Amino acid sequence: MNALNFDPGICAKCETYDCLMKCQYMDFDLESAREERWKLIRGEDTRILNDCVTCYACEEYCPYNNHPFYLIVERQEEKGIHPVPKPIEKSQIKAMAPKGVIAPMKVKEPVINMCYFPMMLGTIRGKLFEGASAIVGSDIFCNLMYLHFARNSVIKERLPKMIENIQKNYLEPSGVKELICYHDECYGTYTSWAPAFGIEVPFKPIHLFEYLYNRLSELKSEIKPLNLKVAYQRPCSNRLSPEIDHFVDDIFGLIGVERVNRKYDHENALCCGGVFEAQQRFDLMEKNQTLNVDDMKENGATHCVFNCPFCFWTLSDLVSQKGMTPIMMSDLCHQALGE
Amino acid sequence: MDRIFERLADIVGSDYVSNAAEERFIYSRDGGVQMPHEPDYVVLPNTTEEVQKIILLANEEKIPVVPMGGGLVLSGLSIPLKGGIVLDMKRMNRIIEVNEKSHYAVVEAGTALGMLSAYLNKHHPSLKNSLPDAPPVATVAGNIMIHGSGHLSQSEGGFHSEMVTGLEVVLPTGKIVKLGSCSTVPYWFSRAPLPDLAGLFLGWNGTTGIITKVGIKLFPRPLLNDGLMFMTEDVDTVPDIMFRIVNTEMCEDLTFFITPKPAMFEGFQMTIISITANSEKEMRLKKEIIRDALRDYYESKEAGFVPVPKEMKAFLLEAPQKNLSAFADVRKGGGFEYVGAIIPVEKIPDAYRAGLDIAAKNGITYSLGGRMIGRGHSFMFYFAYPFNRADKEDMDRVRQALDDTNHAALKMGGIPWKAEVSGQQLILKQMEPSTYEFMQDIRKLLDPNGIMNPGNWEVNP
Repeated sequence: MNALNFDPGICAKCETYDCLMKCQYMDFDLESAREERWKLIRGEDTRILNDCVTCYACEEYCPYNNHPFYLIVERQEEKGIHPVPKPIEKSQIKAMAPKGVIAPMKVKEPVINMCYFPMMLGTIRGKLFEGASAIVGSDIFCNLMYLHFARNSVIKERLPKMIENIQKNYLEPSGVKELICYHDECYGTYTSWAPAFGIEVPFKPIHLFEYLYNRLSELKSEIKPLNLKVAYQRPCSNRLSPEIDHFVDDIFGLIGVERVNRKYDHENALCCGGVFEAQQRFDLMEKNQTLNVDDMKENGATHCVFNCPFCFWTLSDLVSQKGMTPIMMSDLCHQALGE
Repeated sequence: MDRIFERLADIVGSDYVSNAAEERFIYSRDGGVQMPHEPDYVVLPNTTEEVQKIILLANEEKIPVVPMGGGLVLSGLSIPLKGGIVLDMKRMNRIIEVNEKSHYAVVEAGTALGMLSAYLNKHHPSLKNSLPDAPPVATVAGNIMIHGSGHLSQSEGGFHSEMVTGLEVVLPTGKIVKLGSCSTVPYWFSRAPLPDLAGLFLGWNGTTGIITKVGIKLFPRPLLNDGLMFMTEDVDTVPDIMFRIVNTEMCEDLTFFITPKPAMFEGFQMTIISITANSEKEMRLKKEIIRDALRDYYESKEAGFVPVPKEMKAFLLEAPQKNLSAFADVRKGGGFEYVGAIIPVEKIPDAYRAGLDIAAKNGITYSLGGRMIGRGHSFMFYFAYPFNRADKEDMDRVRQALDDTNHAALKMGGIPWKAEVSGQQLILKQMEPSTYEFMQDIRKLLDPNGIMNPGNWEVNP
């Protein structure tokens, strides 16, 4: 199995312990952070393993890109910890298993990877995605969600085949070298998780936001500014690619949208709560959702923009109840083009 | 044209009586696997008085009469085993009265449950009726007559027959009687405090008279509904989980399902907890109380609440449930049968294991599940088997599975619900002889000519 590219020497030299000190869900002082971090590194029992809510954020907080979150997940699995009840974990592993029905298909650039969200295919339309090919299904599913289940082993087992499926069935026969990742989870898989575990990615992953920004720039003359104030719900897997965040502002700049300045955005973004529900942390789910959505409303947002379908399903009702409109980023861009 | 046909036509009008081969074919069978038997006549009365005249004629001619509601029972209870008249009640579908303050409706016997529900939605949106997981054309009277249950059976008083506030019945001799408060005053509020005679017509499969009007309880319709889904992998924990949920008094409906497809559900048991409330605050509190009741289960990580996407939740909470109808066509050919055994709650694991064994033994697929009845007083466990109507061997396998299931239900301490004739015989063989004799004495007293749905509830039909 692929081993995690983690260097304890880097942690030994670290004096800020940002991975734990910045955590929004666990409280540490410098001394306890140092102590618990070493327990984690040595593979000893530590409260981190049970208290971690798997929000991915420490991957972003670590200034050395030393993969503290992936290490936590590795240790959780080694210790037989199940953040999510076992029947739900087993059921999800079954539900999302590759069906082995993929067949070679000619694709044209841009190729949009819709992960395992067939219900989202309707957004690949219009000028925004003109000429695009969309690929989707269990046989190309990145499987990164099993980080939330402390099951790195599932990702390690399935991901190489998924990458091969994408490359051999779609990209290579069509001479395509780039893959637009609709979901942050896929982009994070190919740019962060796979390299961290030494898995080669033969294509160039492009984040949806980069694609949207470039495409909107090409269509600039056709954009009708929306004049909206929106809150952005940053998904957990965007923590694996924080360098992408500026595209949110860049896109909003093009389509005449103001990203409201609020407490729970950027590095302080809060989880949508869906994972907390799966982990049976109901009080935390409700508290966070209330804080998050109230923060959107109090700062003048009329819309809440999502990029993760799961965040959308989790939060959209609450967002609506507060009088805001939940909308996916791709649909917001369609609107700006009058589509 | 035969004499009886002409007399029936005189009673209901020639458009509403038929002895045509195609009509007799259609009314000779239902959606299940029971063997067909053709009626001699199909009649659709429009009034209680027409029903009375038909019954008087049937007595005179000594011909059987079989009442029929939506015709959806699946176990052949409206198949005329000995020919005669099938009395299709669907024209008598008037909603006579809704009493909001006293929470009841009075409807004619052919009124569909879906029709009553739609009427309440439109005219009395603060009230609702309990809906079984049957197509909406299932009738109020048909459902109470078989001790049906529905989405308010958990929280609001049990079987639909227990929600009856009064009846109008045409006895097998032609006499019209009212039962309950409506027999004495103009209101249909209750069967109490009078001697309760309604039981003579509930669960008897139409062998004691023709119900022509029903008073049925209505219930408040809270503004919000939501649900929780609790997943387990150990069926032996399910009775305790159900017990704890019921005891919170916070859930409206409590159902349970097990299915081999889709794969994500195979090997797991899903408990669906429907909750209603009038405010978000109330909803949150109710959910919190229910979750707390199961805290040690989910903290052990051996079971847990499944996050359910909004679309799936709507599907799980709909009443009636359409997924069973969809399941009916899983083998293609549109066949679907089930035994709905009424069992003690603690027997759910036994029923689950029996269902899996029977499906495996007979080489058929299945859907198992059920509904809590009357705040934990019993459980309606269904063993559902789809089949291809065009495949005789498939139908034989399902017929055998039904028989196996009836035996298993009785063995574990349950009773097959709305059993087909062979299932009724199994029940009667196990029944106290004195009880069976008492049933037959009552039938003879009410129906001296034995015209009412003969073949049902008889040891030797």
